[in-house]
Amino acid sequence: MYPRPFTYHRAKSYPEAISLLSELGEDAKFLAGGQSLIPLMKLRLSAPRHLVDLNFIPETSYTWSNGEVRIGAMTRHAEIAASAEAARIPILRDCAAGIADPQVRHMGTIGGSIAEADPTGDWAPVLLATSATVKTLGPSGEGSIDIAEFNLDAYTTALQPAELVTEIAIPLPAERSGGAYIALKRCAPVYASASVAVQLTLHDDHTCRDVRVYLGVLGLTATRVTAAEELLRTKPITADSIEKVREAVMEIAEPNSDMRGSSEYKRQAAGALAKLAVEIAVKRARGEHVEAMHLYA
Amino acid sequence: MPEDVALVRISVKVNGKQYAREVEPRMLLVQFIREELNLTGTHIGCDTSYCGACTVLVNGKSVKSCTLFAFQADGAEMLTVEGLAKDGQLHPVQQAFSECHGFQCGYCTPGFLMSTVQLLEEHPHPTEWDIRKGIAGNTCRCTGYQNIFKAIHAAAAAGGGADSGH
Repeated sequence: MYPRPFTYHRAKSYPEAISLLSELGEDAKFLAGGQSLIPLMKLRLSAPRHLVDLNFIPETSYTWSNGEVRIGAMTRHAEIAASAEAARIPILRDCAAGIADPQVRHMGTIGGSIAEADPTGDWAPVLLATSATVKTLGPSGEGSIDIAEFNLDAYTTALQPAELVTEIAIPLPAERSGGAYIALKRCAPVYASASVAVQLTLHDDHTCRDVRVYLGVLGLTATRVTAAEELLRTKPITADSIEKVREAVMEIAEPNSDMRGSSEYKRQAAGALAKLAVEIAVKRARGEHVEAMHLYA
Repeated sequence: MPEDVALVRISVKVNGKQYAREVEPRMLLVQFIREELNLTGTHIGCDTSYCGACTVLVNGKSVKSCTLFAFQADGAEMLTVEGLAKDGQLHPVQQAFSECHGFQCGYCTPGFLMSTVQLLEEHPHPTEWDIRKGIAGNTCRCTGYQNIFKAIHAAAAAGGGADSGH
């Protein structure tokens, strides 16, 4: 057994989990789905003395919609992928259905994923593009954090000690909106090499009213590409303007070379993904049903 | 045990049989299955959540048992590869893998069988893309995928989901 020995605490409610973690201090961690934490513990890159298990707390896994889509923090990626409520915002399904592989999606949770804040995580660019809000609970009570204020750095969020994510709320987009999230991966179980999230609203079939473009994976946190947004916002969307988006993304992306590819390869990939994501987002905003699939290479 | 840590009592139903054990919190589910229950059909391959050789079903959902603590399955119903055959009859998915030679060395096969059972429950008539998505978490290092695809198509034709009445 590779993880360092630890003491197990099964929480029956979020308030109990929070008071346990407050008492146990810095040597304790929450356990959500465990799909990031358990591999880290097996490598002893993480070695908590106490785990506070959130998996047995009732009513923490749900997807509702009423003006916004509200997803319980312990909702598994596979449940979100299968949810008709989440499918009202297609980019959510793109993300949930494309995370890792079926086995990981059955365990991994949206709350655990964003609290982990791994730079290669899939949810951050998607939740940023859709202006999500993170609902929290901690020793000082309930909180609500704009996702843009939530991700501070790699593996660092605005969560305070013993504070946890309870829910993610995503406002339902205006009429004539569409989005797409596409990642380039060497294969399903590994981290993506690059990813792009685009969410836009059309004024009419050809003119963009508003848009968000975020790159995942390539920096310590997801990167907003305002230069690309400005090429589209309030302007006609044409093959030429989409090509300029591709160039703007390539200009802003500053990926490091690593085992997933050279800096230049990833920059080219990000540009191509952005072009594809804008094309799909526009089609969806026009009411077409288009599948957005990750690229595996 | 190197440090004094309270054991956790867990009970699980595996392949229809109830088990109760006290385990160290850090015991992984795959170790629990293999070492506590002596069900060694579930293999440890990469042990890093990549290869899927350790795939089992927990409450009807495929998981990588090297990436769960045993306590996460407390109260669950589980299915491992040993639970597929009934009364000396191979499960339709096993039969199809056998007939199509959907394996080479066979080490990854238990995981592929469990992922295929899961896939066919969700997609009784899978498309090529459904199959690719369904087994994306399983790796065959012999690269025997073509026959695995054939086997999955054959299993689907034979109605191979776990709830197919087998």
